[in-house]
Amino acid sequence: MIETQELTKIFDDFTAVNQINLKVHSGQILALLGPNGAGKTTTIRMLSSILKPSSGWAKVAGYDVYTQSSEVRKMVGVLTEHHGLYGRMNADEYLIFFGELYGNSRSHVLNKINPLLEQLGMDQFRKKRLGEYSKGMRQKLALVRALIHEPPVLLLDEPTSAMDPESAMIVRSAIKSLSNKERTIILCTHNLVEAEELCDQIAIIQEGSIILNKSIQEVKNSLVGSPVFAAKFADPIQGKFIDLPDGIQMVNRNGSIIYFKVEKPNIQNPVLIRLLTENYDLLTFEEVPIKLEDAYLGAINQIKKSNNDE
Amino acid sequence: MMSNQLKLALVITKREVRDQFRDWRIIFPILGLTIFFPFLMNFTTAQVLQFVNRYGATIVGERLVPFSMMIVGFFPISVSLVIALESFVGEKERGSIEPLFNTPLLDWQIYIGKLISSIVPPLFASFVGMLVYCVGLIINGVILPDLHLIIQIIAITIIQAVVMVAGAVVVSTQATSVRAANLLASFIIIPMALLIQGESIVMFWGNYATLWWVVFGLSILAILLLRIGLAHFSREELLGRDIDVLNFRWGWKVFRMNFFGNATNLRNWYQVEVFPYIKEIRFSILIISLLVLVGFLVGKSQMTRFEFPVEQLGVENMQGQLTILNQNWSFGNFSPVFAIFWQNIRVLLLAFILGVITLGIFGVLPLFTSVGIIGYIMGLLSNTGLSVSTYFIGFIIPHGIIEIPAAVIATAAIFQIGVILATPDVQLTIGEVWLKSIANWAKVMLGLVIPMMFLAAMIEVWATPKLALWLLP
Repeated sequence: MIETQELTKIFDDFTAVNQINLKVHSGQILALLGPNGAGKTTTIRMLSSILKPSSGWAKVAGYDVYTQSSEVRKMVGVLTEHHGLYGRMNADEYLIFFGELYGNSRSHVLNKINPLLEQLGMDQFRKKRLGEYSKGMRQKLALVRALIHEPPVLLLDEPTSAMDPESAMIVRSAIKSLSNKERTIILCTHNLVEAEELCDQIAIIQEGSIILNKSIQEVKNSLVGSPVFAAKFADPIQGKFIDLPDGIQMVNRNGSIIYFKVEKPNIQNPVLIRLLTENYDLLTFEEVPIKLEDAYLGAINQIKKSNNDE
Repeated sequence: MMSNQLKLALVITKREVRDQFRDWRIIFPILGLTIFFPFLMNFTTAQVLQFVNRYGATIVGERLVPFSMMIVGFFPISVSLVIALESFVGEKERGSIEPLFNTPLLDWQIYIGKLISSIVPPLFASFVGMLVYCVGLIINGVILPDLHLIIQIIAITIIQAVVMVAGAVVVSTQATSVRAANLLASFIIIPMALLIQGESIVMFWGNYATLWWVVFGLSILAILLLRIGLAHFSREELLGRDIDVLNFRWGWKVFRMNFFGNATNLRNWYQVEVFPYIKEIRFSILIISLLVLVGFLVGKSQMTRFEFPVEQLGVENMQGQLTILNQNWSFGNFSPVFAIFWQNIRVLLLAFILGVITLGIFGVLPLFTSVGIIGYIMGLLSNTGLSVSTYFIGFIIPHGIIEIPAAVIATAAIFQIGVILATPDVQLTIGEVWLKSIANWAKVMLGLVIPMMFLAAMIEVWATPKLALWLLP
């Protein structure tokens, strides 16, 4: 489990992370979303005990990041923004090196990495020099390195940023498979599709502060507003549309498809469907999935707006 | 427990050494310096020996053989400097340092692991080089230096490698880029070049016992550098520092903060900054006071070694001289006061410069030397049967009672630079520690030493000669 309280990091005059409060339980995956320079990497570095907080505190797997840094590092697997491989080594040598640093024997490390390398499609490249690896391969190997000591906490800083779509898909499914009841994962990403696919909870960080921290569904609901429904008709609707009851609003019209925003879908949808069926040749009526991207942009816009108002 | 912890440090060493042996840019120079260079040195030595023997200057040949061996041993260890300089900052530039920092290794394990890895391969090459050189000497029928000298050369080679690497690793942990580390390497290369020149003189001079003093001095320096490196090794600093432009604003801020502190007025400044700092450096003051005593005794002991004609001191006509001095240094005449004051301050400034560039160590030399000269003169005077107490009370005590403590305090503040640097404080960078020490020194100088020195100079000009004249028989 990860918990932070008023966690702050100040570099000289610059506040990189400002009083953030997070609580990620075991078995949960939190997406830390935010633009470049928002404070994601600084937060990850504080949680992995590399940077010391200027104020506030953080506990990772029950250990304090400031006073118990060595214990924290034993509990955490970190995939850094820069994969940082040693070009003259091959995958086996590299992973054995890190495994030994965590106190594991060579044979134990080899047993551990075999299935991981296989899962990530890296098995046939394990004897190749790392300097010859593509960016995606390097990122995958760095992910294996982060997992070598079976950490209960995983901090992943943009794990698929340098990958082609196929590799990214493999890594995402690997991350999904890593999630279990005992493991806590924080995923820093720009990729909203990835966050939506993998995470239970999202926290949006902007200029060092957490501006939103909710479950994905809550985020969508709170930032995009009422759900939108699409009604498809047999023919394009011409002329004036029928009057709609209060709480239902037509938001878009595109040939034979019309989009409605419904404040109380449970009560108002049956009314709307009846009206549409009585007046037009309705073929389908379904909810339009809200994209996390819209929610994210909504949150950022809200912040900008409130800043401008101030 | 400790051996297990060291084992983890050696995992880093093992990886780094293996990596070095995969890099042709390291392998080829080492091979050249281990195999070809000793042969070349052998050939040169044989030629020189033949040449000097022809003219009967056999002593030059005898001294050349161990000297060449030292050079053969030194060249490969110079490679260690290159390796050590990029040990941390190179990894930082390649982005591989952060995964290493994320491991549960303690700071000293990472530090020592890298330090050993920078020393071992070049040192191994150095030993092989010296072995090849010695085998060549045997083949050419040249007599090897005696075992004691060979051991000395090996000890010097090892300690030089440790000093160079310890210094270079400190640079590597503090530099922002490999380029910056290479530029800073001159702080190691220049003193090492001077040291080799000094050692060469000692070897041709044939005063081999001095070499053990060199080994001793370098060992102290190596320990100090290791201590400084470990004391200020900070994962955060190493990862976070990106910009290497001079930041005068920041520098001034750090200086001002340490110089003025939270003082609100002059009196408050003395209360919260100057006097508490004097208390803080009390152990340094004690050490310097002991050094003053040692310097005096060392100076006194040298009178038999370096004879000096006492009549040159002009003691026989002291009264006449003092009378003239009293006339010239009349009360209210500030010109000699300023001259003496400036002379003392200049010496303390020199001590400060020496201290700043040598971690406080050589900063004690000017005071030590000055006190040594006093001891030497006192020794000479007592040797000629003159009353030492009269000279001491008449010539030294009146102004010395203020001047000597002032000089001790100033020197202790310089000595403290090394003490602060060697004290673990990962919150401060070496740059900040340096600025802090300079600010503390300036605080002591402006707050105490300069006023004391001025007062001492006034007494020395207006009171001491009169008292001396009065006391002289």
